[in-house]
Amino acid sequence: MFSSLLDTSFSLNDLLFMLKGAGVTLMITAWAVLGGTLLGVAFGVVRAVSPWWINAPIGAVLDVFRSVPLLIQLVLANSFKTIIGITWAPFTVSCVVLALYMSAYCTEIVRSGFLAVPSTTRRAARSLGMTWRQDLTDIVFPIALRVALPSWIGLTLGVMKDTAMVWWIGVVELLRSSQVIVTRIQEPLFVLSIAGLIYFLMSFPIARLGARLEARWREND
Amino acid sequence: MSILIDDVHKSFGSLEVIKGVTMTVEKGEVVSVIGGSGSGKSTLLMCINGLEPINSGRILVDGTDVHARGTDLNKLRRKIGIVFQQWNAFPHLTVLENVMLAPRKVLGKSKAEAQAVAVEKLTHVGLAEKLNVYPSKLSGGQQQRMAIARALAMSPDYMLFDEVTSALDPQLVGEVLDTMRLLSKEGMTMIVVTHEIAFAREVSDRVAFFHKGRIHEIGPPSQVIGNPQQPETVAFLKSVL
Repeated sequence: MFSSLLDTSFSLNDLLFMLKGAGVTLMITAWAVLGGTLLGVAFGVVRAVSPWWINAPIGAVLDVFRSVPLLIQLVLANSFKTIIGITWAPFTVSCVVLALYMSAYCTEIVRSGFLAVPSTTRRAARSLGMTWRQDLTDIVFPIALRVALPSWIGLTLGVMKDTAMVWWIGVVELLRSSQVIVTRIQEPLFVLSIAGLIYFLMSFPIARLGARLEARWREND
Repeated sequence: MSILIDDVHKSFGSLEVIKGVTMTVEKGEVVSVIGGSGSGKSTLLMCINGLEPINSGRILVDGTDVHARGTDLNKLRRKIGIVFQQWNAFPHLTVLENVMLAPRKVLGKSKAEAQAVAVEKLTHVGLAEKLNVYPSKLSGGQQQRMAIARALAMSPDYMLFDEVTSALDPQLVGEVLDTMRLLSKEGMTMIVVTHEIAFAREVSDRVAFFHKGRIHEIGPPSQVIGNPQQPETVAFLKSVL
């Protein structure tokens, strides 16, 4: 049984090809998480401090990104950019769509972290003569970060796995490169196991980092 | 040098909680404010340092109109320390950092200067052993003393205390009152909203009795607590003593 498993036509070149795909997955994830987080923090803070007439439209737009399946967003965005004459590569489209998708979720994470800071704590900061801005940077953000981090880590891991959908618009990332090899050597279980292992190896450090930060902060609670 | 409160009215929506309060607190004086829950005592403190706006009247702190349009509240608050019922520690900072934060950010002190002040104030309130622990590791009484040190680190001219022992377990009340006693002996100007009648009687130069948004009686503790003139004061004291 083992011999039949090891008796594979999977070559070193195939592995390198998959690792290259994994590199693309990582790049898309990095851009999406960077963009999504920056936008999410901006929208989240705005949503937390704004009156309803600013809050509601932002919420409505972001709800669209949260409600429409990512695959549909990718395909629509890719077609739409051709229609309006933007010449972005599918890779860029993928990064942008995933960043917006992530920002929609990140906004709510940031907003709830922000609102988790007790108003009495903020009042204490202001009573010491701290400005509104100092209150935000020195009190609200650090406390909100601790509240929001676990959800943010979960979201980041989710986005990394969601990058698997971008092959629909022609980006060769880890899943797509695996599939190319499966088609050729007809060993789906073996190839997908390797792909799964690579996904795991990419996710694990992020999950560990989150767990470590949480543990460190929990000591203070 | 004084806090002058002149015919202040304050409403939350349609509910008027302060209905024309006038009083003066001179520098060096300790004034206790007693009265039932919801009588507007705490709200008055929030109005003094501008955390709550007022509807009419005025409050002058060393001649500065707290609620005037052009008043720099952040600057004014440097000289008015306030300690709340819920001690409101900054949970992500150590005890030392809690106290150092405002001197660094607001007064622009160097790290070394701010640390020196913080250590001094924390030692003063009896927390020299707890500098590097997080507030969550402290008892309520210790957190409240930390909050006092945090306010003192700004070298305020006035200290406002808003029912600072009300949320504490009974056995922790004493240590906080001791700290306040110490401050009053050092000549700190204090307005103390409190339910601790015995404490008010002991440390105050004057006691004000609040009832339904008004001061019904104000004077030396020997009068207001010892020999109250108003029927409302008599009734209140009977209910708490």
